Amino acid sequence: MKAQVNGTSRDLADGTSVAAVVSLVGAPDKGVAVALDGAVVPRALWDKTIVPDGGVVEVLTAVQGG
Amino acid sequence: MDDPLIIAGREFRSRLITGTGGAANLSVLERALVASGTELTTVAMRRVDAAGQTGVLELLRRLGIEVLPNTAGCRTSAEAVLTAQLAREALETNWVKLEVVHDEETLLPDPVELLDAAERLVNDGFVVLPYTNDDPVLALKLQDIGCATVMPLGSPIGTGLGIRNPHNIELITSRATVPVVLDAGIGTASDAALAMELGCSAVLLATAVTRAQDPERMAAAMRCAVEGGRLARLAGRIPQRFWAQASSPAL
Repeated sequence: MKAQVNGTSRDLADGTSVAAVVSLVGAPDKGVAVALDGAVVPRALWDKTIVPDGGVVEVLTAVQGG
Repeated sequence: MDDPLIIAGREFRSRLITGTGGAANLSVLERALVASGTELTTVAMRRVDAAGQTGVLELLRRLGIEVLPNTAGCRTSAEAVLTAQLAREALETNWVKLEVVHDEETLLPDPVELLDAAERLVNDGFVVLPYTNDDPVLALKLQDIGCATVMPLGSPIGTGLGIRNPHNIELITSRATVPVVLDAGIGTASDAALAMELGCSAVLLATAVTRAQDPERMAAAMRCAVEGGRLARLAGRIPQRFWAQASSPAL
């Protein structure tokens, strides 16, 4: 199945979790948050939240700004 | 003299809030932050980039500076609310510098979207510090819906044009009961001092320091300017007069 991860279309295995996507993009351990289809997925739910076909995942962290 | 800045019940010794954008590298940023004496500093939220992390969070933690996430880059209330919620999740703070800008050329706040986002975030338990126009009416509305500060611009972000409408800033500081933070447009130390003389409780700046020829020295200048302006405000300036008045006794 396909999903949009940080703006890029990716082929993911069925049943891929949010936690797996977070490691896929190489996110650091701390200071990271995830939105799935426009809603925040709390860290505690990353393991059990499955990315649906056509899902839009955003993995964000803090950078210099403002 | 004990004169802390108090925002949402939290005390700060420094009245200078800084940004982290625009610094050439982390080592330059670190020296500037230390010289500024700041205790609260903004960061932006962006997509994780495989090319590498910035390390800005580790730097702020090491320096003992509180992190203030912003919603820079957001154009709509919905975008800003989601970004604030992601920042809360990532950084474990319910404080947010709310920015909802209308267009890239001016980076001016969109007042309609801003007010809507502020209300939604306040209702969601956030401590909201909104970046706003120098509009005294909008500032009062933001305060009335529960924002912890109001942060009017001196002039558009990154322009260094200083405070273009000092009277509006003074109208805002005269009526606001929450701290007023002059945010954006500061070019040099005299602009920061003027903001404080107009009754602002603090100044938020980034570019004026990070893109100065010597960021560390400019950070020190801003620190002194904010302290000087605050002291002058508290001291009470003399009234302006048309004719001269001798300060030495008559012969």
